[in-house]
Parts: sequence; C-alpha cells; structure tokens
Amino acid sequence: MTLKEVKEFLQAEVINGEDCLDLEITFAGGSDLMSDVLAFGKPGILLLTGLSNAQSVRTANIIDAKAIVYVRGKKPDKMGIEIAKEKGIPLLSTKYMMYTACGLLFSHGLPGVSGLSPKK
Amino acid sequence: MMMSEENELSHHFEITGGDFGNAGRTSTSIKEILQEIGIDPSIIVRAAIASYEAEMNVVMYAQRAVLTLSITPEKLHFRLEDEGPGIENIDMAMQEGFSTATDEMREMGFGAGMGLPNIKKNADEFEISSTPGKGTSLKITICLDKTKKK
Repeated sequence: MTLKEVKEFLQAEVINGEDCLDLEITFAGGSDLMSDVLAFGKPGILLLTGLSNAQSVRTANIIDAKAIVYVRGKKPDKMGIEIAKEKGIPLLSTKYMMYTACGLLFSHGLPGVSGLSPKK
Repeated sequence: MMMSEENELSHHFEITGGDFGNAGRTSTSIKEILQEIGIDPSIIVRAAIASYEAEMNVVMYAQRAVLTLSITPEKLHFRLEDEGPGIENIDMAMQEGFSTATDEMREMGFGAGMGLPNIKKNADEFEISSTPGKGTSLKITICLDKTKKK
C-alpha cells in the first residue's frame, strides 16, 4: 500500500511530505504510548498515534518509522513539524479515531508489526 | 568529539532534567553520529532506542546528567551518570510496568514503566547502579559484530 492510498483510505490531510506519497507502506502499528512504540515498533512502521507533541516525531525518527498518521483529528505541534521537515518524515492527520483508522488500513490489507499479527 | 584511546572515539552530551522541549535531542544527535560513521542500521536503531529511553529517564526524573558515548571498532559503549533522586529499588524499576511517573510525563507518551527494561533488551551488556538521593549510573554496551547481536 502506498502512502497515497493510506491518505485516501483515511481521508487524511498531509501536514508534511506531500512529495513522499509514493512511499510503499508494508506494515503499521498504533499507540499513544511512545514507550510501547520504542519497545514494539520496527523500522519501516507506519505509526498511528494520538500523541501530538514533538516526542511522537522524535520517537518515529529514533525507530526509523516511515510516516506518522495522527488520529482523532490531532495535528503535531510546531516543533514536531519542524523536526519532521528536517528528518524527512511524512505526517498525515485523519479525523478517524484510532480503532477505526487502524481497522480501515487492516481491512485494506495492511498488516500489523511482523510477529505480532494474528495468524490467517 | 575526543580521541581518548587509540581507535576510540568519545562524545559527551549534557542532558538537563525537566527540559521536555529538548527531550530526545541528544539521542537524535547520537543517531546522526552513528549514521555518519556507517554503523549498521539495525545496530543504530538499538543504540538510538537505548539512548532515547535513558535520556527520557533523565528528563523525567533527574536534575542533570552526562552521557558519554565511546565507539571502538568492536562496540558502542554508553555511560550515563545522573544527579537526581536515584532509584530506591532497582529490581522493581527493572520490571515492565513499574513506574513512578507523573501525569506530565505520561502526557509526553512516556512513564509506562518500559524504559529500563527496554534499554536492557536493546543492550548486549547492561549495568545499573543507584544511590538514593544522589543519582543513577547506567552502562550500556552494544556489540558491533553482527554475529553477537541480540
């Protein structure tokens, strides 16, 4: 799934990285808790979160996340946007709640973090 | 950057407790340094996660700390010395889910009691010692030889 498809499925607004929409997204994970993202996230993850402060972007950078989708209509703060621009991390914002946003992407075939997804 | 011994590079970083605005900046710099010298990306992620968790602990709980990163051809070695309240019971602090975090820390997305266990998980060697009322010391080693990776 491309980031452009993520944007369409979630009717999301692009806050940073309009030129990165052809990025291929292969798995995703959702959490508001950055401790959990650091513990269970993997490089290349599409991170869905409702945490809108700069730590969300710093955490994404630390684990080499591919992009962030903010749920519940949240948007990152100014510092977060600056870091994302500097590090080239695409940021999207959707009005869907976390559960619905994750469900929409999962139902379109985007799996969770490898090893933590249910067996088919 | 300092050359302290032959084939060893050292970097020193000062971290200020309570400075939530800059929390994560040191770990970001460390990640950039490791990328510049061409360390394997899978090792960089482990080093970045361990240093970020350690940095967040200082920002959340301590007054200040010095983090020293030493790089040799074989390993990355982090040494963190903080001035702060210390840890009364290290065994408890090493348990996932144990936390003394405040609401402010949790609003930052941290303070879930995952930090120290996650540092240990990403390290090949991990040592912690603490004196209540004075501070905490961490030693983290990550081997660069991929055959020894966790």
